[in-house]
Order: sequence, then C-alpha cells, then structure tokens
Amino acid sequence: MKKQQKSKTILTVVLSIISVIYVLPVVAVVLNSFKLNTYVKTHTFAIPTGEMWAGFSNFIKGMTFGNYPFVKSASYSLLITVVSTALILLFTSMAAWFIARVDDIVSRAVYYLCVFSMVVPFQMVMFTLSKTADNLHLNTPWTIPVVYLGFGAGLAIFMFVGFVKSIPLEIEEAAAIDGAGPVKTFFQVVLPMMKPTMISVGILEIMWVWNDYLLPYLVLDRTKYMTIPIHIQFLKGSYGTVDLGATMALILLSIIPVIIFYLLCQKHIIKGVAAGAVKG
Amino acid sequence: MSKNKLKIKKKNASNLKAQIRNYWWLFLLPVVAAFIIGFVWPFFQGIYLSFCKFKTTSDATLIGFSNYSRALADQSFVHSFWYSALFAITSLVFINIPAFAVAYVLTQDIKGSNIFRTVFFMPNLIGGIVLGYIWSMIFDGILSHYNTSILLNSTYGFWGLIILICWQQIGYMMIIYIAGLQAIPTDMLEAAEIDGANKWQSLFKVIIPNVMPSITICMFLSITNGFKLFDQNLALTGGQPFIMNPDGSTVKTTEMLALNIYNTFYTSNAASRGTAQAKAVIFFILVATLGLVQLKFTREKEVQQ
Repeated sequence: MKKQQKSKTILTVVLSIISVIYVLPVVAVVLNSFKLNTYVKTHTFAIPTGEMWAGFSNFIKGMTFGNYPFVKSASYSLLITVVSTALILLFTSMAAWFIARVDDIVSRAVYYLCVFSMVVPFQMVMFTLSKTADNLHLNTPWTIPVVYLGFGAGLAIFMFVGFVKSIPLEIEEAAAIDGAGPVKTFFQVVLPMMKPTMISVGILEIMWVWNDYLLPYLVLDRTKYMTIPIHIQFLKGSYGTVDLGATMALILLSIIPVIIFYLLCQKHIIKGVAAGAVKG
Repeated sequence: MSKNKLKIKKKNASNLKAQIRNYWWLFLLPVVAAFIIGFVWPFFQGIYLSFCKFKTTSDATLIGFSNYSRALADQSFVHSFWYSALFAITSLVFINIPAFAVAYVLTQDIKGSNIFRTVFFMPNLIGGIVLGYIWSMIFDGILSHYNTSILLNSTYGFWGLIILICWQQIGYMMIIYIAGLQAIPTDMLEAAEIDGANKWQSLFKVIIPNVMPSITICMFLSITNGFKLFDQNLALTGGQPFIMNPDGSTVKTTEMLALNIYNTFYTSNAASRGTAQAKAVIFFILVATLGLVQLKFTREKEVQQ
C-alpha cells in the first residue's frame, strides 16, 4: 500500500514537470510580447528586463499593424463566429428534427449527403466554393455565415439526428394531442430537450469558425475584411520586415479570449470535443 | 371528453409526421439551400472542372483525363503525397503512445488529475495559424544560436511540425482514451487482480483489448488529420526550403498535400487550375476513403454496445 502511494506521488511530480513544459510555449508568447523586436530572435526565452523591456509598445504598435486595425479584424472574427454558430444551431436542429421524424426519401437523401460531406476535405471544394460565394455576394462578414451553415451542416445534422432518434416519440405526440402544431411542438418541447447536444455542437462550431483561416481567406473580400487568423498570417506572410514583438502581442491578444472561454466552459468543451470525435 | 373528440385528437397525433412534412419550407429548406450553396454545387462543379481546362469557372472546356495524368506526373505532388504519408504515420506513433500513457495515468486516481487534463488539452483551442507562428518563434529562437533556421533545413521542418502537432493533439486523443478507459467495468479489473495479474498483465490482457475501439478511432483521426494538415504547415515552414530540379521545376521539401493543392490553384499560373482541381479530387478520394472506413468502424462499435 505504501509503495503504491509513493509511486503515485512520483507520477504527480512527473506530470507536474510535463505540465510546466506544456505551458512554456504560451509563456514564451507572453514574454516576447513585452520584448523589443531585436531581442525576440536572440533572447527568445529570456525574461524581458532592462533594455529588452518594451512595455506596452508592442501592443500599441500591433493595434494598427499592417495598416489594418486589429480591433476591426477581431470584431469581424467575433461577428462571423457568433452569427454562424447561431445560424447553424437554429437551422440544423430544425432540419434534424424534420429528418428524424419525417424519415422519407428526401430527408434520408439529405441526411446521407450530410454524412458524406463530413469526409470531404475543404481543398476539394475551395476553388468552386469561393467562386460560388463570390457570385452570390456571400463575401462579406454579414453574409459569410450562410457559407458556414452550408459547409458545416454535415457534422451538426449528424449529431442532432442522432440525438432526436434517442428521444421517445410519445412526448411530441402528447404535445400534438394537446393541440400544438409542429412549430410550437419543436420550439417548446423538442428544442429544450436538445440543450446538451446544442452545447456540444455549439462549442465545436465556435472553435472551428473562430480559428478557421482558409475559408474566410478565400471567400471574404480581402481588401476590406480580415479575421484574426488572416490578419496574423498577413503580418507574417510579408517576409523580411516582420516585427516579431508586435506579432506576439497580437497572438497574445487573440489567445486570451480563447483561454478565458476554455477555463469558463472547460467541462462542456471537453465533452463536446469528445462527442464530435467522429469527424476530427 | 366525448369519444368523438378523442378520436380526432388521436388522429392528430398519428398525423404528426404529415403535419411536420407540411412545414418543410421552414424546417428543411434553409439548411438544404445553404447546403447546396456551400457544399453540393461546389462539390459536383469541382468534379466536373477536374475534367476541364479552365481559368475561371465560366470558361471551362472538357478535356478528359489529362488533368489527372498531369497531376500524377507532377513531381511536387508526388513528393507532397509521400511527405504527408510519412508525416501521418510518424505523428500517429508520437501522438498516440503518449496520449494513451497520460490517459492511463490520469485514470489511476492521481492527485490533481483535473488540472493536468486541463493543461494537456489547452493547445487544442489555439488555431493552426497561430500555433504555427508560436512554434516558428520558438524553433528559430533555439536554431538562431546555431546560425540556422527552421526554414533552411527540411529535417528540422519535419520534426518541428511533428513536435507542434504532438503539442496540439496529444491532449485531444487523451480525452478520447480517458472516455474509453473509464468505460471499462471495474469488476473486470478487480477480477484480474484477484486472479493474480500484475499491473502489466492487466494492462495488456484486460485494458488494451477493452479500449480497442478508442484506439481505432484515434489512429484513424491521427492519420486523416496528418493528411489534411494545412494551417500549421503553411504557418510553420510554408514548404521551405525549396529545391530546384535540373529541369527547372521546384520541389518544396516540406510541402504537404493540402498546401501543394493550394499552391497549384493560387500561386502557379492560372492555366494549372485544372491540374489543381484534379489533385483535389485525388486528395478527396484518399481522405474520404479513410473517413468512411473510420465511420464504419465507429458504427460497428455503436452496434456492439
């Protein structure tokens, strides 16, 4: 018994060391965002003291870095993520209920097409999709959520249909007997029951859209609209004149909300990710 | 309630299906419309264009299979395929063994296991582009002391990307393994212990066979993720260093499949777009085959349970 206790203590110590190593990259981002640019490459792991210390100048510089205000790309990222996730949650949950309950040839065809779309890599459709989106004027932050709804429908439909099939039909029949129509039945009876799946799907979609680079890069009108990943890629993509300190300041600003979000809804995030593991 | 009324209401209930169907334009149409725009139409147009010569989607003329033969004859594409395959297999090993080990340890009633889980999963939330730049800063911070850079040596580029992907995905696979490990009935482990099995015996004879479904999922996920990798590849090395062939073509030594397709579409001349679309179809067949096999495995597991 005592031996077991001892080996557990050793494991805790080993895991603690690995954990510290694991957070080091993030610590390096924090350190370098307060460091003058010339020291980032030569003293990457040093604590910014004395002449290395840049104060908040990297952050101030980063705000208008690349002739594009960071606040603007952050706002577009937020707008696109919130609207896309809301659209996906509302419309795919409705469609999934329809598919699971009506279960005719059309809804089955839609379902299988959705499942199929989950295994199609983005590169397969990227050229034609960006042209289609362009033609239909879906190339602004206000309209791109339609593209996300279309390309992201697969996983959401798959997860919601799986859930609806697990709820007994009697509950909805009882609502129908009470005289509720399909719209009322869905919004007052079915939707509240879907809450756990809603959270899982919502988290997967938020993580996808917020971090997505290629789809908005190809679809959005780049001269006017950037999201955070596009902005950061744009800064580093122009080789030679990169200000690493300012880039790290922007990277820090972009991961702070993500880490806060993670610490607040950690349980749901881990559960949601495990539920979506079928897609990867 | 009169008998008659009850009959009508019962009929209503059985008509639920027909009633929902009347609202197809509300429930089904929005998703189907967006799905056609965002997936169905681009997908079929993509297949069609892979048999065409085109610069934009409107000037396409059918030319048969020559895009495919050009794609397969393209050295950079073949290189990126083998590079991606090597990467996928290497990452499979270096992600899954530590992920399983950590998951196994964390399910042993260790102090602070929740904190460890939180830490190991954290990198998953950071996007690929940002991850690439964080690690390129770290690698160059080390390599600059030896007067080199991750962009100058393809071996560093390969292992750098492996380290990055391990940092990102070990925590993800760990979560799947933890779920699998927690589903093993405790009496099974207790029985093994009573029968005198030691820790290693119960690991190999009881635990591993029981988490086989999780192992299958994780292996498929690592392979497909490896093949599909784009953002991290673009941000960390962007395919550098480049090698010039005697015939004048360049091979980007650390360029993976997805990035090769992207470069063929957008940075070469517009005349190679047909070739790019053919490459994309080949890529799709590869990834979809892996995905569908995986889906079949997961379905079978659901049936068993």
